[in-house]
Amino acid sequence: MKVDVRRKQGDFTVNAGFSGAESGVTALYGHSGAGKTSVINMVSGLVKPDRGHISVKELCLFDSEKRINLPPERRRVGYVFQEGRLLPHLSVRSNLTYGFKLTPQELRFVSFDSVVQLLGIGHLLDRRPSRLSGGEKQRVAIGRALLTSPAMLLMDEPLASLDPQRKNEVLPFISRLSREYEIPILYVSHLIDEILNLADQLVIMDQGEVIASGDPEDLLSRPDLQKHISIDDHGSVISGIVDEPSDGAGLTQLRFGSLKMTVAPVQAPKGMPIRVRIAAKHVGIALKKPEDTSFHNIFRGKIRSIVDDGGAFVDVYVDIGRLLLSRITRHSCHRLDLHEGKEVYTMIKSVAVSLGGSNGRQEKILQGK
Amino acid sequence: MHFWQLTEVEIEALKLSLKVSLWSVAISLPVGIILAWILARKNFPGKNILDGIIHLPLVIPPVVTGYLLLVLLGRNGIIGAFLYKYAGIVLAFNWKGAVLAAAVMAFPLLVRSVRLSLEGVDQGLEAAARTLGAGPLRVFFTVTLPLTIPGIITGMILAFARSLGEFGATITFVSNIQGVTQTIPLALYTLTQVPNGEIGAMRLCIISIVIAMAALLCSELLSRRFSARLKG
Repeated sequence: MKVDVRRKQGDFTVNAGFSGAESGVTALYGHSGAGKTSVINMVSGLVKPDRGHISVKELCLFDSEKRINLPPERRRVGYVFQEGRLLPHLSVRSNLTYGFKLTPQELRFVSFDSVVQLLGIGHLLDRRPSRLSGGEKQRVAIGRALLTSPAMLLMDEPLASLDPQRKNEVLPFISRLSREYEIPILYVSHLIDEILNLADQLVIMDQGEVIASGDPEDLLSRPDLQKHISIDDHGSVISGIVDEPSDGAGLTQLRFGSLKMTVAPVQAPKGMPIRVRIAAKHVGIALKKPEDTSFHNIFRGKIRSIVDDGGAFVDVYVDIGRLLLSRITRHSCHRLDLHEGKEVYTMIKSVAVSLGGSNGRQEKILQGK
Repeated sequence: MHFWQLTEVEIEALKLSLKVSLWSVAISLPVGIILAWILARKNFPGKNILDGIIHLPLVIPPVVTGYLLLVLLGRNGIIGAFLYKYAGIVLAFNWKGAVLAAAVMAFPLLVRSVRLSLEGVDQGLEAAARTLGAGPLRVFFTVTLPLTIPGIITGMILAFARSLGEFGATITFVSNIQGVTQTIPLALYTLTQVPNGEIGAMRLCIISIVIAMAALLCSELLSRRFSARLKG
């Protein structure tokens, strides 16, 4: 998919250009108000760009120069909205078949039964949308979009209105979608963990502009991009595999090249690819190897660089075989006399583990290929 | 004669009133929905003027409305002459004219009610239907209209009740001709003007109340059923 659009909305200008993969999940990340939703509204045809070009799988949806502007109903783009937007006067079944019936027979590649089964919504078919829980609503909304046999799926923070438990109810379905049906997904989110679970490709937006696009791990670990990521999400992302699902202490061992890390129990088989995100504020630095501590994960490394933006904190990048970001106070930085090239020990308090991975990687390994 | 025994005149008035009111609602409904939609969704120069014209019958004396109708649509009126010459349609002094007078008077109530309901319809749902492959017209009939039904029902009942009670514009435009344009209010008025008319007037009075109450209950019942359907 190719998106290059410009639109002025009051004082705010969206000027976004990126190209996404024709399969897998492309995540659009940014603070709220970064223009993410504007971009997918333009892709869906609900909002018209002032100028630009949008195409999906060779099909041109919008081109200001060629004066092409397909209406939403002819774009074959499925849209899952943040609030679901199920039609309240129709049953779940009628909601699901609303778009299905409007899709010409020869274009259909998704069957009703397969979607109902994939999303586990068979028992809900005769209910009204108002009688569904948040997670059920979003699953129906996903099914409804899927049943139009779209050339592409747009998802605007589909999990935002759900509590963590419901999120886990929906998340696995989304990651299965793009693999099962080979539909590219453009996924809007401002949550790094969601993105790490799903994204094959990441596009970072800020103030209406695309700042960077590429591999999620690379982008989220890049020092120059940290300022576009919300402060709580500063940190590093590392990919590896599950080495030992459950060691003697009931913890999970992960392996990243030659590095080994111990984390809270993860429900995953040996060899499963994983991503871990280590928040910068959860990484401490010591000059001598700490002994008698509660930390499981202590790594020796060399300081690659120190980023000081003048605040009370500084960002220290330590090379431990992978680049690790630590956020410590300026005071500590001076006290320990940290500088580039100095050897230090990093102590990791906690890590967030995502079972996402590059397109299809997970599935292939699970199938033993 | 028994109290409940309606006279010929009263039966005619009752039938005519129902006929006029039903036709009034029937012809103003489609136009009313379209205008309500335009007022609720579109912005254009002169929108306030259009809104004002629609609401005019609500604020000016009904007799004035009736007189304007007579001037415009009477057989010698500006539009009336044209209609008679080219289409053979005569509106003045017959039941069709009574329908028109009632419809014009009831129109603002209908439009207001439908418009209010339309403005309450989440346009996000319409957008969602577009992304599911429905064109604007299909979206209107499968999403917008069903969600507006409670407002349409209320509007229809208000318009029906207003048509049933229409007096001033009717008597000015189509006069008070027994069996032709004499609706219940006109018959009631006539009965109060003749000796020994009190009993007949009371009967028509009670009939008016019964019809109005029945319509009100009906709308309440329908509204509740549709609201319940929307809420699941």
